Amino acid sequence: MDIINTLKGLLTDSGFSALMANGGWQNLIMIVIACVLLYLGIRRKFEPLLLVGIAFGCLLVNISWFYCKLSSGNPDALFHQDLWDAFLDPADPAYHSYGTILAHGGLLDILYIGVKAGIYPCLIFMGVGAMTDFGPLIARPSSLIMGAAAQLGVFLAFFGASASGVFTGAEAASIGIIGGADGPTAIFLTTKLAPGLLGAIAVAAYSYMALIPLIQPPLMKALTTKKEREIVMKQAREVSKTEKILFPIIVTIFVVLLLPSTAPLIGCLMLGNLFRECGVTERLSDTAQNSLMNIVTIFLGTSVGATMIGYRFLDVQTLLIVGLGLVAFACSTVGGLLVGKLMCWITKGKINPLIGSAGVSAVPMAARVSQDVGRRYNKNNYLLMHAMGPNVAGVIGSAIAAGFLLKVFGG
Amino acid sequence: MSHFILDSNDFGLSHLGVGDAGLTGVLGYAVVFTGLCLLLAVLLISGSIFKAKAKKTAVIDLPVEPTPAASPELAPGSAGEVKLFDVPDKEAAMIMAIVADKLGKPLNELRFISIKEVKDDEV
Repeated sequence: MDIINTLKGLLTDSGFSALMANGGWQNLIMIVIACVLLYLGIRRKFEPLLLVGIAFGCLLVNISWFYCKLSSGNPDALFHQDLWDAFLDPADPAYHSYGTILAHGGLLDILYIGVKAGIYPCLIFMGVGAMTDFGPLIARPSSLIMGAAAQLGVFLAFFGASASGVFTGAEAASIGIIGGADGPTAIFLTTKLAPGLLGAIAVAAYSYMALIPLIQPPLMKALTTKKEREIVMKQAREVSKTEKILFPIIVTIFVVLLLPSTAPLIGCLMLGNLFRECGVTERLSDTAQNSLMNIVTIFLGTSVGATMIGYRFLDVQTLLIVGLGLVAFACSTVGGLLVGKLMCWITKGKINPLIGSAGVSAVPMAARVSQDVGRRYNKNNYLLMHAMGPNVAGVIGSAIAAGFLLKVFGG
Repeated sequence: MSHFILDSNDFGLSHLGVGDAGLTGVLGYAVVFTGLCLLLAVLLISGSIFKAKAKKTAVIDLPVEPTPAASPELAPGSAGEVKLFDVPDKEAAMIMAIVADKLGKPLNELRFISIKEVKDDEV
């Protein structure tokens, strides 16, 4: 046995030999970014359920770059960017061919099929539906107006991204949807319209959702008076079981007929809620909100992280997306708060405008922020259940916004 | 905007002018508002039907169960007024959450009237 040659072979085949070759420095930066995201997820608890998976997917794909270059000819690669480029190229024989991905793809390629086909975001929406009590929205339907107003950031960020001249209409739409503060919706729309931006948009969306307790309170304080923040709202009426069962059915029929492109998201959200409310499918409801949700979260996080390859991620576009995402979040909060103030004025002080900021989806984080800020000014104020109305209305609102953008730019 | 609906795929792949982008943004926001306002109308109508039905049932039930002791106020649920005796807010919230969890019912369907700490010497 030629020991020297064997050791040489091991060294040249290892990833260490290629650390700085062929743009490897970009992947080293991505590995550092992945470690920072892992720190934020684990130590700071920033949306850990998804951020840990995304960060680890990013880590894996950037490490594997060093030993296999992610080319389709290398069976060791976990993710093959060139296969997905071919998948999206109409001139390539592998255009829209999942068979090619299954035949030549690695583990993360196969998991990514669920993202590409729009399956994971919809299944997560089913789990969200199974976990959500729409009672506060049914009891106070006017919450829907706040949910609609809080989509302001989606369209302002879309306008900003388009006007910048850097992004196409479809890419701008995907960036705008970050303002919906709804991770699955953002991933669903981006996969359809701008798959190349998926990693940056997913990370921006989930990072800002985790930062809601830092982003929203200053805006809430700036846009409301102390007197408004102290308003104690009356308990809404009781909602019967029949109403709760009919709600998902009515919403599905109505919204899907209005905007058919919302069918995958709204359909799954409402199916999950029907499992929860109908009272005869407890096992399905339990599976949707626990086992299924957890499995899909693992697949979604890891495969989205795999799209964060150094040479694709590290550019000016990513920085712009992060900046526009923050604008989108802030504008959505402002939109909800302003309509909250308007409703407070119309009802002569019966509605606390702080619940308007919860219209940005991000269930239930945004509603909790309304509760916390309200209690800071009035210890006996319990806004949580009132804020859940605009909060779940925001989920429906962001799905409608995504449906509109998909209809306009998705062909 | 003439190609807006006719060829949306090309529209998505091109860089939009400020006018097109502004118009698309305004139209999108209007669509979200319209959709949710129509849904609001549907929910208000169905809600009023259910409220009327509930009132009717209450009137029918009245002679059968003539106990006027009930308070005219709506059940406040966990988010309403609950009297606390020597119990801090945080502990009260925890107790209410545990009770709701054990009963398998959402908090807003339960009514807590008061929570009192039972001291050792009272037992």
